[in-house]
Amino acid sequence: MFWHQEIETLHRPALDALQLERLRETVRRLERVPFYRGKFLKTGIQPEDIKSAADIRRLPFTTAADLRENYPDGLLAVAREEVLRLHTSSGTTGKPKALFFSRRDVDTAAELIARAVCMTGVTRRDVFQNMMSYGLFTGGLVMHYGAEKVGCLVIPAGPGTSERQLLLMQDFRTTVIHILPSYALYFADFLEKKGIDPRKNLALRKAFVGAEPHTEETRRKIEEALGLDVYNSYGLTEMNGPGVAFECEGKCGMHLWEDNFVLEIIHPATGEPVDDGQTGELVLTSINREAMPLLRYRTRDLTSIIPGPCACGRTHRRIHRITGRSDDMLIVRGVNIFPQQIERVLMAMPQIGRNYVIQLEGLDDMTVKVELSPAGFDGEVGHLTELQNQVAEKLRAEIWIRPKVELVACGSLPVAEGKAKRVIDKRSL
Amino acid sequence: MNTVKLVAVFAENRPGQAARVTEILARANINIRCITVASSGTFGVMKLLVNDPDLACQSLKQAGFAATLTEVIAVEMPDKPGALHTVAACLAAHDINLCNTSGFVANHRAILVIEVEDTAQAGEILKKQGLHVLTQQEALAV
Repeated sequence: MFWHQEIETLHRPALDALQLERLRETVRRLERVPFYRGKFLKTGIQPEDIKSAADIRRLPFTTAADLRENYPDGLLAVAREEVLRLHTSSGTTGKPKALFFSRRDVDTAAELIARAVCMTGVTRRDVFQNMMSYGLFTGGLVMHYGAEKVGCLVIPAGPGTSERQLLLMQDFRTTVIHILPSYALYFADFLEKKGIDPRKNLALRKAFVGAEPHTEETRRKIEEALGLDVYNSYGLTEMNGPGVAFECEGKCGMHLWEDNFVLEIIHPATGEPVDDGQTGELVLTSINREAMPLLRYRTRDLTSIIPGPCACGRTHRRIHRITGRSDDMLIVRGVNIFPQQIERVLMAMPQIGRNYVIQLEGLDDMTVKVELSPAGFDGEVGHLTELQNQVAEKLRAEIWIRPKVELVACGSLPVAEGKAKRVIDKRSL
Repeated sequence: MNTVKLVAVFAENRPGQAARVTEILARANINIRCITVASSGTFGVMKLLVNDPDLACQSLKQAGFAATLTEVIAVEMPDKPGALHTVAACLAAHDINLCNTSGFVANHRAILVIEVEDTAQAGEILKKQGLHVLTQQEALAV
């Protein structure tokens, strides 16, 4: 199903031409922003110099540090009174990153969500429970506006308690949820404990899962546990929030809306483009924003372009699910490790529960705490010791380090209200 | 063959875990007749002989514990020197390995609770030896 079939299936040459035109427009718009004007002056680039897609490489990168240095409104490209909404990113340290929306930006963001929602087969007959945090985080409001645009009944549930989420799902026969992957796993445990079988007792049929990188194994685990289809959603505050890229019913990579964003994959260290299909850092330029477009924003998210057309007919290219953030990479005993590698191993083991923590202590001592799934328990202490060794061995095969594995009780690891905190680094290096 | 059901529960090896388990059982009005703990590093398994194993297991599961029921043999022995040796030697003669084993003496009756791989086989052997293998009800009535 399409929300805007013409643009979603636009002929590639026409899409490329539209991109180029919008990129030029954006550069023109950014000449008003002192930060960018200074950079343009240095290299002498002018909007008219952007003649082909490759010319984007003549434009400067923008980094998270640039956003923080220009906090609160140094990167605003319109007059203050044109702005009607502010979101900030969940900055874990120091100042947040602020992003402004004009009236048109709010509408465009909703439009992109509407495309995404329709793309998964959701219609105005669906009841959409948005379990993301409303407020400064974009996951709540931006998704809300888009689902409303489609005409769903939108329940602004927010993160709230699981008891209340369940009550809403039961009373209003929720069919679609928007949820963090870590919370989806926790919620599945919660239902199990309550003795509720979502396939029989609830009307859920689809879940939009995003805001945290997660693995294919996690998707399958959520699908099995909740009895629904899970669609991966990619977004970031700096680019509107959710809905930058989204999966279609094919569930094979996320279509990135190229009429709104120019997509580049670069080598994180050199800044040079990688070959199609190779993994690198995703760099995005917002070319359809008024209040605060950003040029070549370094997302730090690692992904690759999936080559070839998609069966759904959309011409907007797909990116692979995020395999990690270049920021998240851990270096343990000289080995580069992404938490997603560990997650992939754990989620493929049915005896292991859905929550985990990676703990680093002392001089590079790595402990992975995993919850024992109630189904994985047969009363034999010896089997548990074996299971522990098995997990450690599988992890060693994946990350080349044999961590200490600690089996803990189901539900004993902390569950975050917002994004899950999986890595605790207390090393004294 | 007579067997006895024990409730097995996974618990982390840290203070307060037994208190949590027993609190849940107390609330469900479960009477505990015998308890053993096998620990291995950071975790352990508690096994309990209780008056209502199904209810106990269900209550623990509802509280979020990994719990299950295991079948064991409870055999009565004379409460005198050499009695345990008779049982152990008899099982040894048949090459049967004892896993978790515990015992208790109450009301002048000595009960040995043993876990073996093949419960039926071990039960038959003990019976042939002239020992009484208890039913669940008998074990609870000791």
